Amino acid sequence: MTTTDSPPDAQPGRLKPPARRRNHGDTERGFSRVFRWITTGAGAFLLLVLAAVAVFLIARGVPALAASPEELSAKGGLPAGMDSLWDLVGPLVFGTLLAAAMALLLATPVAIGIALFISHYAPRRAASVIGYVIDLLAAIPSVVFGLWGGRTLAPIISDVWVWIAGVLDFLPFWTVNVTNTGRSLATASVVLAVMVLPIITAVSREVFLQTPTLHEEAALALGATRWEMIRTAVLPFGRSGVISAAMLGLGRALGETMAVLMILSPGILYSFQIFDSGQQQTIAAFIASRFAEASGLAVNVLIATGLALFVITMVVNMGARAIVARRKEFSGAN
Amino acid sequence: MAQRIDVKDLNIYYGDFLAVEGVSMTIDPKSVTAFIGPSGCGKSTFLRTLNRMHEVIPGARVDGSVELEGVDLYGDDVDPVAVRRTVGMVFQRPNPFPTMSIRDNVLAGVKLNNKRISKSDADDLVESSLRGANLWNEVKDRLEKPGSGLSGGQQQRLCIARAIAVKPQVVLMDEPCSALDPISTLAIEDLIQELKKDYTIVIVTHNMQQAARVSDRTAFFNIAGTGKPGKLIEMNDTATIFSSPAEKATEDYVSGRFG
Repeated sequence: MTTTDSPPDAQPGRLKPPARRRNHGDTERGFSRVFRWITTGAGAFLLLVLAAVAVFLIARGVPALAASPEELSAKGGLPAGMDSLWDLVGPLVFGTLLAAAMALLLATPVAIGIALFISHYAPRRAASVIGYVIDLLAAIPSVVFGLWGGRTLAPIISDVWVWIAGVLDFLPFWTVNVTNTGRSLATASVVLAVMVLPIITAVSREVFLQTPTLHEEAALALGATRWEMIRTAVLPFGRSGVISAAMLGLGRALGETMAVLMILSPGILYSFQIFDSGQQQTIAAFIASRFAEASGLAVNVLIATGLALFVITMVVNMGARAIVARRKEFSGAN
Repeated sequence: MAQRIDVKDLNIYYGDFLAVEGVSMTIDPKSVTAFIGPSGCGKSTFLRTLNRMHEVIPGARVDGSVELEGVDLYGDDVDPVAVRRTVGMVFQRPNPFPTMSIRDNVLAGVKLNNKRISKSDADDLVESSLRGANLWNEVKDRLEKPGSGLSGGQQQRLCIARAIAVKPQVVLMDEPCSALDPISTLAIEDLIQELKKDYTIVIVTHNMQQAARVSDRTAFFNIAGTGKPGKLIEMNDTATIFSSPAEKATEDYVSGRFG
């Protein structure tokens, strides 16, 4: 260490910032400034696309919303006997939510199990193989899932549904109907569950892998078994991430078209008969099945149902954010 | 509630790499033993073998024996989970569970293994553990607040409270003050003096003054060079190590000539 004769603050002016107040524009030069424009542009583009879709849905959906019952029943392409838009959209929203909820209920526990196995149990080699297989599952086009679900899975799994319906026979005041073809919402939900499995698994795995080693070791040093370590350190840490993963999966399940279209034998009813055919339909599959032949007001009706799907997805995502934000104090981010 | 540790000819490997070679030592009950030495000499690695925490690292293994009151921790019928309940550990950086309240953090170890504990017993245990860690007066009014809201020094004492709540025989401390300011460090050092009345304490430290202040016995570890295994050079009463060590390397290290 060297010492100087003058005290360190002999020249106070040298370290002082310029009197003029700086803002970002002053410090950024050349590409730095260009890059700021690029990122701002990318952000604005996203908002623009979203706004364009929303404007399209509202503008083209409004004629259907404003149409009189006579017009709707005459030219709206509604199923026979309906004269109000809500008669159509209501059951469709119901069917969409029911299918997506069942898919999520089936997929999430399995996905968490796979993610934990990959991140904390499997030997490294096995973990990478399983991770690869899961990613492969995500690469299968939905139309293939539809073919498989309708041709192969439905006839096989219908036996299971028949058996479950038999077991549920004891329920009073409610008869569980079941179809022998397997073309029911339950089958569609199983296929949807398989389709959303990769994304929930992949996101959960990443979150679980990010668990701080410090916290895992804290649990182990207290005498935790592997499962107890996961319960005290990994799952609480990954909770909000798993919820986000499930919501991503829900988003896909809500919007999935081809698989439902090719498996489900549709109906427009508020029905919990998930093992029967001709009961429910989802919005996306309904639009896809009608769009080719629709014209005039019927197109507006379909777009109005699309608007309903848009709103549902938005509400679901906002709900997920609210859940994630609720326990922020305990999230470890502070 | 304190037991002696006997280590005999312990070699520690990461895969094929010999990380620490031929350590034999005896750690007395109700005493503070400090491990000092330059970075990478294997003192933290060795500390972790005293409660089998090194097994968390893939490929890590040992041969030789570590006996706690005559029971080999590496015996065939010994469960590492049981070892870690007997030999507790405090880490370099404070690591309270962020999703748990202060109270739940203290009880975290007790609630493992599906143990049930009545509310009054839990309250008593929380108070006695936090008092034992000199933290009770600072947190008694906010036991339901998250542990991550405390200062670093308070978090570290919370971790000590959590470790002693499971009533271990031995408490291992891996550089417990390296992330703390001098005031918090002093609080932890005072606490170590309190804890040694009931527990066997083993502490790894980079701070030689700290070793001199808190420990009864000091072990000096060194490494001949990169890729070579770490070794125990010398272990003796702390006063002897710092005044008249037997080995030249120890003297060089404690007098600040290297490391």
